[in-house]
Amino acid sequence: MKVLVAIKRVVDANVKVRVKADNSAVELANIKMAINPFCEIAIEEAIRLKEKGHASEVLVVSIGPDTCQEQLRTALALGADRALQIKTDESPEPLAVAKLLKAVVDQEQPGMVILGKQSIDGDNNQTGQMLAALTGMPQGTFASEVAIEGDALQVTREIDGGLQKVSLKLPAVVTTDLRLNEPRYASLPNIMKAKRKPLETQTPEDLGIDISPRLTVLEVTNPPERAAGIKVGSVSELVEKLKNDAGVL
Amino acid sequence: MDFELNEDQIAFADMARAFAQNEFEPHAAEWDQEQTFPVDVLRAAGEMGFCGLYSPEDVGGLGLSRLDASIIFEQLAMGCTSTTAFITIHNMATWMIADFGNEDTRQQWCPELTAGQKLASYCLTEPNAGSDAASLKTTARREGDNYILNGSKIFISGAGSTDVLVVMARTGVDGPKGISAFAVDAKAEGIVYGRKEEKMGWNSQPTRMITFEDVVVPASALLGNEGDGFKIAMKGLDGGRINIATCSIGTAQAALNRAREYMHERKQFGKELANFQALQFKLADMVTELVAARQMVRLAASKLDAGHADKAAYCAMAKRFATDVGFNVADEALQIFGGNGYIKEYPMERYVRDNRVHRILEGTNEIMRVIVARRVLMEDAADLI
Ligand SMILES: Cc1cc2nc3c(=O)[nH]c(=O)nc-3n(C[C@H](O)[C@H](O)[C@H](O)COP(=O)(O)OP(=O)(O)OC[C@H]3O[C@@H](n4cnc5c(N)ncnc54)[C@H](O)[C@@H]3O)c2cc1C
Repeated sequence: MKVLVAIKRVVDANVKVRVKADNSAVELANIKMAINPFCEIAIEEAIRLKEKGHASEVLVVSIGPDTCQEQLRTALALGADRALQIKTDESPEPLAVAKLLKAVVDQEQPGMVILGKQSIDGDNNQTGQMLAALTGMPQGTFASEVAIEGDALQVTREIDGGLQKVSLKLPAVVTTDLRLNEPRYASLPNIMKAKRKPLETQTPEDLGIDISPRLTVLEVTNPPERAAGIKVGSVSELVEKLKNDAGVL
Repeated sequence: MDFELNEDQIAFADMARAFAQNEFEPHAAEWDQEQTFPVDVLRAAGEMGFCGLYSPEDVGGLGLSRLDASIIFEQLAMGCTSTTAFITIHNMATWMIADFGNEDTRQQWCPELTAGQKLASYCLTEPNAGSDAASLKTTARREGDNYILNGSKIFISGAGSTDVLVVMARTGVDGPKGISAFAVDAKAEGIVYGRKEEKMGWNSQPTRMITFEDVVVPASALLGNEGDGFKIAMKGLDGGRINIATCSIGTAQAALNRAREYMHERKQFGKELANFQALQFKLADMVTELVAARQMVRLAASKLDAGHADKAAYCAMAKRFATDVGFNVADEALQIFGGNGYIKEYPMERYVRDNRVHRILEGTNEIMRVIVARRVLMEDAADLI
């Protein structure tokens, strides 16, 4: 079984992001970039499936400018076999990404597609679901455990207030949650070997997909500063505040 | 000429940074406080390739350049100075065995050393031979197929917890030409380890005296030829000095990063510290000197990689400059933290304590000046450019 993993280059999770002065977007110039953490978990899960003998090949795909080859190389160093860059200088919206990935699925016929549940930049949490809808594959989102039993895929999902187990027929789409696994480091020898692994490039036009945006971003702003706290004099005042000011009681 | 890191170097540095952030930094204060030598983490570092960076590939090393190694060590040092410094000593001693050992010796030690399964120490300094290392008194007397070691070494990093000792000992005449180097099994009979020294810093690695009492070393453990030992020891130290200088820079960078953040957090006189021009200028000087030091270290590494005729002088200059700058930057960063800088809840005082010894070991900074001055004053020598 071939496993397709989709990854995104995003601002490193350790970087404090800043909004551009003209409020058009987050400042990306000279900022450290990395694989989206949920995508890293997706890569790790695919490699583990290969190590357990369930997967025969791990193909990793990223959509973006040439700089995203850095993240593809990292994925190769972590253990992916092949990489595909879908080259574009645009930043496609989830629907366009899902359509591009569907085109890759049509080409490659993977037995499973693993994605992060969301990327930490846009926080959309849409691509995996849209891809499942477009391809007609079943989906197991927010996975905290994945197991293959025969030709079924058992996915434990993290849902509000608990866990849900679903059984999917392969091929299927899985999106990863934080607790699915702890990604490994790419060792230095594997980083060196990754250079010799194949990295192919295609364009949205090659795949026949229109990625023009459907949404217009009006403004990007910082979250409001947290207001200073207050001290209350008594329990009754606290209850009063919780009721009337905070509206939580 | 290009001052940018290449794609590989970026990937190496990213990975080393992530490793240091997750595996070193959260524990560094505790290792310092409890004087823990984190052998398990060193093994994990070995699995990642950090234990044989510039050792050759045929014994499990990565065959990287000294420049690559410096870029990697710098990131590691940001997480824990002392542990990284030990890893650099281990790399140096491993490379010496790999480069100068005969095939049996290389195969006996290097695959496990480069994998971090075994650890190595470098044994040159003696109670009465520090800066004047060529006056060392430990003897290796030839007897049949063996050498018999007698004497003592002092301040040996890792001693008591390592598996192989690279020992410089006298086999012949007084002075540097009578010295030979050996790869000695650290558990051999007759080796006695002293108590663990109480130190100002570098607390995540033990430092001990070693005494050799009629220790039998097979003649095949000789590195290079008889009489080559001092040259081999100095070759090891050329790279070692780049490594130690690198540890200073990584530590200083970590200190500077914290100071920069603190200047935005801490408010006095109704303003962030970042608003005070005196501190702005201090920070500007710190970062300027740190960048200069880093470039100097990388230049020296590149000279060593190129086998430049004056590589030893470049390594000495870089070590002197970068360890002084690294210490001062860490100290100024502590100053920016005010009282908190002196309190162990923050890492600032540890950065200073750990960086302090880099001005002393692998040749004191005075001895670095001796090396540089000797070279500059040589008659008919080419200009150092
Ligand atoms: C924590 C720690 C770990 C160490 N690890 C190792 C190790 O793993 N292996 C190892 O072999 N050694 C190790 N050393 C030893 C270290 O390399 C020596 O301490 C160092 O070389 C200085 O030697 P010394 O202490 O004998 O000082 P001395 O040589 O006695 O020097 C005393 C002072 O005199 C100055 N001085 C000496 N000669 C001159 C001169 N000609 N001109 C001007 N000034 C001079 C020195 O710079 C110094 O300031 C370690 C030391 C420490 C503290």
